[in-house]
Amino acid sequence: MLVEPYELTAHEVCQLLQRKELSARELCDAVLERIEQLDGDIRAYLTVTPDEAREQARRVDERRAAGEELHPLAGVPLAIKDNMCTRGVKTTCASKILANFVPPFDATVVARAREAGLVFLGKTNLDEFAMGSSTENSGFFPTHNPWDKERVPGGSSGGSAAAIAAQEAILALGSDTGGSIRQPASFCGVVGLKPTYGRVSRYGLVAFASSLDQIGPLTKDVRDAALLLNVISGKDPLDATSAEVDVPDFTESLIDDVNGVRIGVVRELFAEGVQDEVRDAVRAAIDVLADAGAQCEEVSLPHALYGLPCYYLIAPSEASSNLARFDGVRYGHRTQERVADHIELYQKTRREGFGAEVKRRILIGTYALSAGYYDAYYLKALKVRTLIKRDFEKAFERFDVLAAPTSPTVAFKLGERLADHLAMKMSDVCTIPVNLAGIPGISVPCGLSREGLPIGLQLMSKLFDEQTLLRVAYTYEQATEWHLRRPEL
Amino acid sequence: MAIEGVVGIEVHAQLLTKSKMFCSCPNTVGAPPNTQVCPICTGMPGVLPVPNRRAVELVIRTGVALNCKIADYSIFARKNYFYPDLPKNYQISQYEIPLCRDGYIEIEVNGETRRIGIRRVHLEEDTGKSFHTGGSESRIDFNRCGVPLMEIVSEPDMRNGEEAREYLHALRQILRYIGVSTGNMEEGSFRCEPNVNVRDTETGRATAIVELKNLNSFRSVYQSINYEIERQKKLLLAGVQTQRETRRWHEGEGTTSPMRSKEEAHDYRYFPEPDLVPLVVDEKWLEEILADMPELPRQKRERLMAQYGLSAYDAGVLCQSVEFADYFEALAAEYGDPKGASNWMQGEVSRLLNETGKNITEMPLQPKQVAELLKMIDSRKITRPVAKEVFEEMFHTGRSAGEIVAERGLQTISDQSELERMVEEAIANNPKAVEEYRGGKQGSINFLVGQVMKASRGKADPRTVKELLAQKLSS
Repeated sequence: MLVEPYELTAHEVCQLLQRKELSARELCDAVLERIEQLDGDIRAYLTVTPDEAREQARRVDERRAAGEELHPLAGVPLAIKDNMCTRGVKTTCASKILANFVPPFDATVVARAREAGLVFLGKTNLDEFAMGSSTENSGFFPTHNPWDKERVPGGSSGGSAAAIAAQEAILALGSDTGGSIRQPASFCGVVGLKPTYGRVSRYGLVAFASSLDQIGPLTKDVRDAALLLNVISGKDPLDATSAEVDVPDFTESLIDDVNGVRIGVVRELFAEGVQDEVRDAVRAAIDVLADAGAQCEEVSLPHALYGLPCYYLIAPSEASSNLARFDGVRYGHRTQERVADHIELYQKTRREGFGAEVKRRILIGTYALSAGYYDAYYLKALKVRTLIKRDFEKAFERFDVLAAPTSPTVAFKLGERLADHLAMKMSDVCTIPVNLAGIPGISVPCGLSREGLPIGLQLMSKLFDEQTLLRVAYTYEQATEWHLRRPEL
Repeated sequence: MAIEGVVGIEVHAQLLTKSKMFCSCPNTVGAPPNTQVCPICTGMPGVLPVPNRRAVELVIRTGVALNCKIADYSIFARKNYFYPDLPKNYQISQYEIPLCRDGYIEIEVNGETRRIGIRRVHLEEDTGKSFHTGGSESRIDFNRCGVPLMEIVSEPDMRNGEEAREYLHALRQILRYIGVSTGNMEEGSFRCEPNVNVRDTETGRATAIVELKNLNSFRSVYQSINYEIERQKKLLLAGVQTQRETRRWHEGEGTTSPMRSKEEAHDYRYFPEPDLVPLVVDEKWLEEILADMPELPRQKRERLMAQYGLSAYDAGVLCQSVEFADYFEALAAEYGDPKGASNWMQGEVSRLLNETGKNITEMPLQPKQVAELLKMIDSRKITRPVAKEVFEEMFHTGRSAGEIVAERGLQTISDQSELERMVEEAIANNPKAVEEYRGGKQGSINFLVGQVMKASRGKADPRTVKELLAQKLSS
């Protein structure tokens, strides 16, 4: 084999597995070895599960040998962000408050992946409770960007993005509330897709902001993203917000053709704060699509820049309520100190268990919902959200897909923005409006900065129109070679 | 100066559904602690609620029965507060757009019909139960956590304990009738929180509202409200400024006292539940619910009066429960005489049920069996006093009337000569009564009838005996 198994994409690996030129066990071992080699430095994983992975791989090989008909992705190694419940395997949300929590159930997407025969490598690092843009808020340790280990991988799905970039996994799952799949995908030079809100079940995803959270794939290319999206999508009776919408075979959208596709280039998201190199790379990417036959034109989303403040009221409000359950009573960390009553139990447990950013957001959210402030903050934010949604709806009357940078800058250095909260949050200014509107969005690599750091092109489409999104992303990808670039490790 | 009591009541009723409100755990009572739980009702990370359709239907049914407007669009909301028996530290309830609102219920007080407004009826989930074992430990059972709960909020239209009690009776009867709740205060399936204050009708001055807790029976509701009204009246008359508070009823002493407010300030930070989509009650669904609606107490009473020619009073007693009314109707059908059936139900049937502490649902006899007995009275095969004896034995043994009468030889004495003999004997043995009768005291004949009944051990037909006595005494 000229190429190491861990270097392959899922669709390449599937061919080999199906032709029995490679066994699931061999593949699993190769990736596990890679993890062992690199992860001391990269720190993409919080928990690696080699025994379970090998056992799953062994069973796939057994079933295949017995002539059983298997799912196309059976035997492919998968990394799972540690805010999705995996039965019998620690699920920490990168928080001390869940440091030893072992869920008795699988998240629905995990169950579906398990059913398909994917092999679970382990749980990847994240900003604590998915709150952050750099994975530096992890309660345990930060993850390092494989392209430059002194830089952040982005967040909050930094672990999953780094794992794909460093080839420590073939496929990965992340979650995206304000950009947490797309932004790290952009910083790590990989593909990251946030499906339409309601496309994928949230059951078993530890909730951060219920009206914004979505689970999605982080992969080496667009085809892999489509394959993984097929596995995880679909109405779930356990999630009342999952949509009763048919799930097409998303790989059928992988057509190399954008003739006549109308692409709107979002003016507001190229504004101040966007690094020149990022602006140039993204504009060049749009030119590639124009050359391929797409009609590219500028479009305005007048309220897009209100997305950030709007998000930073809605998300913390919902989070302050979602995180109330972490009180040391039934599971997770409980303070060992003496307590006079249940109130002290809560105070000490949560003080000890939550990190600074989580506490900050809980406080903001509690304030924004409180009597006398609800109307001015939470309710007002909901109204602004409607305006943002309407901007998109109007834009989609004239365009099939919208384009913008995924993030205003390339990956920043570890520690660089820790003291500047606003600067940290600004890295999500391009991705947040997408979550507020509920529409799908994808980031694909579209360049490297002079310093060799990845730049991401963000594409957005109408509600439940992942098909057009994938088609445009695929066409772009096939016309360039950015998705083949790997960091040197 | 006219001071009146102002009383509103909040009732929480557990709904009769198979499973809990947001998960598929069973909704039953009495299981060992923490055996009817799952990740969802214990608030584990990552779980989501999915609403119980039946619970929604039962609330709508209640709203219809209480003459409410049913929302065509309704939302759930989170009520946020921290307490160990509330796993998520928020309760999924309803706030801004409840399922039902602006209805009423009619109650009878001192012969007067009063209309009590129903402000809203909404749906929420119950909490777990805490057990404070004394010392430094508390325990929690989450079996009850997540059980569907219906909250019924009245307008402050009641004026005293009597009206409150009537309100609860009427409300409970409706809930039982429409199969929505068992309505049992002692078991906790029907909880009651009155809000009480008093107001000077001339000046409008009023005391602050007091919420009453720890009421475990309709009697304590009645007593505590009246106590509280009196207590507040004194304060109002004395010009004392009172604060809004929660007071605990002490059953033994018959008083209320302020509760130590352990809870934090009541800012529940309500916001629409983002894990649930709005409930849309379209016409089709509402029609289905209406079609499924059992007869309401008033409808049943009116129908019984019309269909069987019964008085309002009789209908009222027979409609004490659905099951009692059903039994009556079955009996009337078998027997053929509704008035007779009604009397027997109110008389011997009720008496024996009360004596044995049984509910009509535990009635050991079929209506057909009771009908057989009643027909035997009509055909004078047995006398009424004998019938009562026979019925008692039927009730305790389950045997048929015919069997018992035959075996014990309880048939009415039909032998004329035997009757005449007993009549003559009674006349002979009771000269005083005979003299009184002949002297004009008509009533004394009944004494003589009684004597013959005694001698015959009830087997002489009283009417025949009276006729014979009259005959013989007039000659």
